[in-house]
Amino acid sequence: MIRLSVPARQALAKLTLPLLFVASFGVILLGKVDTMVADRARISLGDTLAPIYAALAMPIEQGRWAVVQFTDFWGSSAENARLRAENDALRRWQTVALALDAENQRLKAELHWVPTAAPAYVTARVVADDGGVYAKAVLLSVGPNHFIHKGQIALDERGLVGRVTDVGARSARVLLITDLNSRIPVVLEGSRARAIMVGTNGPRPRLIYWSDAAPKEGDRVVTSGEANALPPDLPVGVVHYSADHVPEVVPAALLHQLEVVRIFEYGLGIVPPDGGRPPFHSG
Amino acid sequence: MPAPDADRSPGIRPRPTLRRQLDAAARQSFPIGSTVALMLLGNAPLGGPALLPAVTITSVFFWSLYRPGAMPPPAVFLLGLLLDLLGWLPMGDGIVVLLLVHGFCVRWRRSLARQGFLIVWLVFVGFAVVAAALIWAIAALLLFRLLPIGPAMFQAMLTAALYPAFAILLTAAYRTVADPERA
Repeated sequence: MIRLSVPARQALAKLTLPLLFVASFGVILLGKVDTMVADRARISLGDTLAPIYAALAMPIEQGRWAVVQFTDFWGSSAENARLRAENDALRRWQTVALALDAENQRLKAELHWVPTAAPAYVTARVVADDGGVYAKAVLLSVGPNHFIHKGQIALDERGLVGRVTDVGARSARVLLITDLNSRIPVVLEGSRARAIMVGTNGPRPRLIYWSDAAPKEGDRVVTSGEANALPPDLPVGVVHYSADHVPEVVPAALLHQLEVVRIFEYGLGIVPPDGGRPPFHSG
Repeated sequence: MPAPDADRSPGIRPRPTLRRQLDAAARQSFPIGSTVALMLLGNAPLGGPALLPAVTITSVFFWSLYRPGAMPPPAVFLLGLLLDLLGWLPMGDGIVVLLLVHGFCVRWRRSLARQGFLIVWLVFVGFAVVAAALIWAIAALLLFRLLPIGPAMFQAMLTAALYPAFAILLTAAYRTVADPERA
């Protein structure tokens, strides 16, 4: 320790804040000049935190479950009635779906259809909202010997969630379809018209550049295999017109309460810039 | 509200044994440690809105106002860096804003720390709005793109609305676990 006189120490204390402002501008410059440094720092921080969050997940889950139990207690009879009605409707749809599936199989058999291989997937726990205010992403906790790589597709039980953008040793980051930087080629299932779905950081991404007629309210939106960046016909959501007549997509995936996602290996044409694909066993 | 500068009172002090020194060090580092813990917790997926910026700004504001000795500028700098990394903000954004919050808190604390809860809350609302606007403006400038203003406004409101709950918790901590007089 260097011993300083009292006035010198006071002067130094006064200088700390301005010096730190200068240092923060240095950090800004560094972040602008070399984005890799910041990204690497974020990934290693994610790697460190992912196991901690994974350990915290259990009590958080229990707390949330208790809250859900409590709120379900009120209005459970109304919920039961609604569920019964929905169950009846779903049962009718199940009959239709089974009949259509059987017919589909028959038609495929007659056409000598080449079946697409079932993709391999791994399941990972969402441990943190890794987006903050100006990005929409989630952090996944994955084991140390994972086979996750950039560009893989994340789905929850209902639909498309996003794509893997960063991979660390114990964590992976998935950019959600609602992020400002997300651009997904989609097909409107009713008209087979193509469009691009653009994230806005809001809960509902927008549709732009649609071909043919304007998208219809309630039309189902699925992915397009066009650019070979995504497999075709993954469920994305439903078209909904906002108050100012902009066609938006209500995502099928529960993006605001993701707990577990599946990361699919579709073996797509776009090879990640990081090089080779790790061995990914199907089954 | 807690009185500032309680750690400079004259009087007879007990012998500084190792246990007492450890205790004092823990109390001294409580503001920074609790802020880091709150930030990590605010980043966990609780299913709610993004709490990270709100808890960071609130915690830095509170400790800069009531115990600036335990929240020195270099610590604020590092907390800002952590905010940038955890929140995926453009690098430096959180640092600048937290340093500004800290600087103005320390400058105004002579008059502000003596005020009642309502006045401090009102001033904090101003801090929250300006901080959210600044984070938004700097992010837009660094990304060179107009970002939606909605999340920033929501962030400001969330930060301002959460203050009373945090103030109760942090005041309780100020009087008990973070009080160096009790070491």
